[in-house]
Amino acid sequence: MDALIRQTYPVASADYTSAGQASGDIKRRLKKLGIGGDVLRRVSVASYEVELNLVIHSLGGELTLSVYPEYVELVSRDVGPGIPDLSLAMREGWSTASDEARSLGFGAGMGLPNMKRNASDFEIKSEVGVGTEITMKFNLA
Amino acid sequence: MEAIRYHSVRLDKDRCRGCTNCLTQCPTEAIRVRGGRAHILDTLCIDCGECIRICDYHAKVAETDSLEDIRKFKYSIALPAPSLYGQFRNLRNPVYVLEALRAIGFDDVFEVARGADVVTRAIRERMRDTSLPRPMISSACPAVVRLIQVRFPDLLDHVVDVRQPMEVAASIARAEFCKAHGCRPEEVGCFFITPCPAKMTAIRSPLGQAKSELNGAISMTDIYGLILPHMDAMMKNPDFRPSTRYGVGWAMSNGEANAVCPQSSLSVDGITNVIGVLEELENDKLQDLEFLEGNACIGGCVGGCLTFENNYVAKAAIRKMVTAMPDVHPDQDVPVNMLTKYPMKNDVPFRPNDAMKLDDNLLVAMQMMNRMNEIMERLPGYDCGSCGSPTCKTFAEDIVRGHCNEMDCIHVMRDKLKVMAQEMVALAQTRRE
Repeated sequence: MDALIRQTYPVASADYTSAGQASGDIKRRLKKLGIGGDVLRRVSVASYEVELNLVIHSLGGELTLSVYPEYVELVSRDVGPGIPDLSLAMREGWSTASDEARSLGFGAGMGLPNMKRNASDFEIKSEVGVGTEITMKFNLA
Repeated sequence: MEAIRYHSVRLDKDRCRGCTNCLTQCPTEAIRVRGGRAHILDTLCIDCGECIRICDYHAKVAETDSLEDIRKFKYSIALPAPSLYGQFRNLRNPVYVLEALRAIGFDDVFEVARGADVVTRAIRERMRDTSLPRPMISSACPAVVRLIQVRFPDLLDHVVDVRQPMEVAASIARAEFCKAHGCRPEEVGCFFITPCPAKMTAIRSPLGQAKSELNGAISMTDIYGLILPHMDAMMKNPDFRPSTRYGVGWAMSNGEANAVCPQSSLSVDGITNVIGVLEELENDKLQDLEFLEGNACIGGCVGGCLTFENNYVAKAAIRKMVTAMPDVHPDQDVPVNMLTKYPMKNDVPFRPNDAMKLDDNLLVAMQMMNRMNEIMERLPGYDCGSCGSPTCKTFAEDIVRGHCNEMDCIHVMRDKLKVMAQEMVALAQTRRE
């Protein structure tokens, strides 16, 4: 079934000034739709993490929100650099964040594990030199 | 949904020029300009008073009770907010203010700062319950609680379920007065001396309580001039028990947090700043925080739109006064039996206000949102407010909700006129065959 709501947000690399805008708009839209409670909280946390990941680690990409009658889907696609070892990246506390990001309080190595914990369904594909794609689903019922 | 029946903040129709000042500044987008004047949307207004502050024409007003209203009761008690003390420079002791209130006609006075002392202790007891979600959010600022109901309904379970200082103060004041004078509770009118319209609204449409313990609120700006000539008498009541410096401190931003949980708290003032911090909390970014204090006004209650003195000056005046007071914490000063003798906890839960929601049916709401997106693409995105809605986004929503139409946008209208004019020129130039 086609998504009834689809919104794509471009996210620029290292743009800390507008970081959080996409996830903020996603949250606002869900509230307008009357989606609240646990789902709103989980989407808020995961969308913020994934947006920040694009800012901190990627060479740029986009975040897409889709709302279906049964679930909310977030897809993050970037144009690189790709993750060499996915199982290592999924480990709590493991981070490759730059000193700049760390000085801003990021890079605790909780981003990906946090997304996985909050999504009903979590999928990650990555290829070095090509990019990373993360798909998260959040069931509404 | 909780319908707010009463609002202190209202519009003076004759003064309103229909400009966009309040329209674009309202933190909950609760104002529209229609038919040349502002309208306040009852379901979205949180009575924060930002529009009163911003209006150059004084068309936004706060309705409060007058001093004459205290005559409706056989006896009356004044309950001054601690921010009242900040209205007087070089005030050495709150008792001057209290005696002045007595001099203008009140039968008794009770410090809301004393209520804040009791509430401080009650919240600290409540915080022992580790099952309650953290951080706990202060319920002292009614505008912030209403903001949470409208914009952050999922955070409502963080809001402390202990009554506001003015409510606890009124319970104690009335009970003590009745005991001392042998009268019935309904003969005693309790009047809050308020720095803001939000407190007035909280008395008429209570938050967390079925009925307020207060009978009304009188604006600080109305009281100021009346008590000024009487600020010279010392306390006549020998049994008077003053509040602590912590209770008085509730008048300022960080005062409550400092009294309740200095080791792990965050205090934020100014309604847009409060929104920012609540967004952080909603994104789960405020971990390991025990207590969150938010005040709609800059500087806390001293910044209320019904105060007289500049908020920074008032803050300095209060700080000067409290540093001369003994450093005794409410934990030592408030007898523990106070917490059981008087009602401390709310009797009604805080309910979400779903006025922001497009529709109860998710599918209908999604169709509406898509129509909003389509309309947005045709709008200029100037957020100029000329259409009467605060932003282009809100305008698109207002169209979809059926409150206005696209031609209310002067830019869309101008483009349309341009096309029509060209068509007319083309029509006029058509040669007769």
